[in-house]
Amino acid sequence: MKGSNKVRFMQGNEAMAEGAFAAGARFYAGYPITPSSEIAEISARRLPQLGGVYVQMEDELGSMAAIIGASAAGKKSFTATSGPGFSLMQENLGVAVMAEVPCVIINVQRSGPSTGLATKPAQGDFMQSRWGTHGDHGIIVISPSTVEDCYYLMIKAFNFSEKYRTPVVFLADEIIGHLQERVVINDIDPEDIVTRELPSCDPEDYKPFEIGESGIAPLAYYGSEYIVRLTSSTHDESGYSNSKPENADKFIRHYTDKIEKNKKDITIVRKYNLEDADYAIITFGCTTRSALEAVEILKAEGKKVGILQLVTLWPFADDEVLEVCNQVKGVVVPELNLGQLIREVERVNKKNIPIVGVNKVNSLSIHPNEIIDKIREVEKCQR
Amino acid sequence: MPKMKMEDYLIEKKLPFFWCAGCGDGIVLSSILKSFANLGYDRKNTVVVTGIGCWGKADDYINTHTFHGTHGRALAFATGIKLANPKLNVIVLMGDGDGATIGGNHLIHAARRNVDITAILVNNFNYGMTGGQYSGTTPEESYTITSRYGHIEPSFDLCNLVEAAGAPYVARGSVYHVVQLQKFIEEGLQKKGFSFIEVISTCPTHFGRLNGMKKAPDIMRWIKDNSVSIAAAEKLSPEELEKKFVLGKFADRDIPDYSTKYQAIIDKCTAKAAKGGVTIER
Repeated sequence: MKGSNKVRFMQGNEAMAEGAFAAGARFYAGYPITPSSEIAEISARRLPQLGGVYVQMEDELGSMAAIIGASAAGKKSFTATSGPGFSLMQENLGVAVMAEVPCVIINVQRSGPSTGLATKPAQGDFMQSRWGTHGDHGIIVISPSTVEDCYYLMIKAFNFSEKYRTPVVFLADEIIGHLQERVVINDIDPEDIVTRELPSCDPEDYKPFEIGESGIAPLAYYGSEYIVRLTSSTHDESGYSNSKPENADKFIRHYTDKIEKNKKDITIVRKYNLEDADYAIITFGCTTRSALEAVEILKAEGKKVGILQLVTLWPFADDEVLEVCNQVKGVVVPELNLGQLIREVERVNKKNIPIVGVNKVNSLSIHPNEIIDKIREVEKCQR
Repeated sequence: MPKMKMEDYLIEKKLPFFWCAGCGDGIVLSSILKSFANLGYDRKNTVVVTGIGCWGKADDYINTHTFHGTHGRALAFATGIKLANPKLNVIVLMGDGDGATIGGNHLIHAARRNVDITAILVNNFNYGMTGGQYSGTTPEESYTITSRYGHIEPSFDLCNLVEAAGAPYVARGSVYHVVQLQKFIEEGLQKKGFSFIEVISTCPTHFGRLNGMKKAPDIMRWIKDNSVSIAAAEKLSPEELEKKFVLGKFADRDIPDYSTKYQAIIDKCTAKAAKGGVTIER
């Protein structure tokens, strides 16, 4: 970006695409689906200008496969989709986990299940983003609540993906994807862009799954001096199929451990008004906006209510949520689903304070008053 | 480049092959590796992409870059690899279940899109690895573990399918006709654009056993006796052609490949930008 601190009026989907380019993404493969299609349209126009490649695949199975292939060949890669497409991508998302190939998958959530309400918002993929592909694995999921987030958090998503050799899910929603608001685009310091660690050993000694000092195996790309063997099958350090129990145990644990052990680095939360709060609202994505409004209304009434916004959804911010549960008298969890985030909050709630959900699946966003009503309900639990 | 040998591309420490006695996979693999050697392929500039199935295990023996993906998706992984770096030689190995059944959609679209990839599909008429169930190429009326009363579905003619989908190079060979097979593979590798080579192959363990060809020579003889050239096939009636394998080249035509056309778009966009016609930095 030439010229620093540009002020732009942008759409969320546009900011996600531009954020990806700023992060160094030069390959997009996807299949059109509402409400994410603008990301494909912008990528098709912008990528050739940047020397990159856009390809529209025959389905989301192929899209996910193509971005993995392109990333292995050395291009930072991404795709964008929504509900039905995200379901299809789960197959090869597992390949990115198993072969440890960096890539970013944007899911602009819409109302489901199945075809559902294609143009309406939801947050029903919170659990799918964590557990959608089969088998034990770790994954990083990032969720924006503003258009500015769409830009800057996208850069973080790519950075985590490259640093930890993992797929990262960027879990947006229709409200944020189609929202238009002011964004200040700052110059990105090249040092803030992370690119995967390349091997430095003798090419003859290179093993693509040999865990290095950083806890992550350096990843060479196809066409380099280092022969790279990548596979969706359980494999040894060299990338050969290996069915020995001790080998399977080592690598399957590694996929979870490499994320969990770096939780401190990966976890991003935002706190509003929490310092002396009596009650807390725990949010992610679009519901954060309703919660911010609710807090302002309650403040005018003299009530001390704060917000813990989870920006990193997975790995789950156990410590930060526990800290809030230990501090306040009650928690409200608004979400556009029938109660997915609240299960995790309840899991870490050791003091058993009251936790109440605001759950909506009628395709409308949560009104601040609906959160305020639940705060009053939680207050009553105290009396 | 020093003269290369088949062994330069073979991981000998992984031998013997895990394939059954009488399986055609080893014959196809040796044809491919000999073709690499004859063309002087640089191992470090070559990526072999495989799917799932008996033939999908071939990458375990190949000393180039490899990608072993999910069932049916090898062409989609390969598309990403090739478009990201068009200088790479990208070869895709698929079976009939993998490439033509679960992966059928990727096959026709890869042919239509014309990405410069060479796809070698080994057709043994059933899912060998999972115990011999019928696939999209199992001949009608034949027997498999899931068509015990005779198969009632017609099979795909893969070469006709891929030719119709627009591939520049399409050929069918067999594991019996190895000289011809290697010629097709070498031509396919050299062809710019999507090349498709179907190889009629043997599965004595499953398909052969249930169809009266328990021993490897029986099934090899079945392929030999039922193969006809394209020229000979033209003189036969449709009835006479039933249950025959028509071997030969179905297409060999020059069509600009995807990366060449896409590079033209990149050049146009970046040239316009240099003249100030397109604002890249918005």
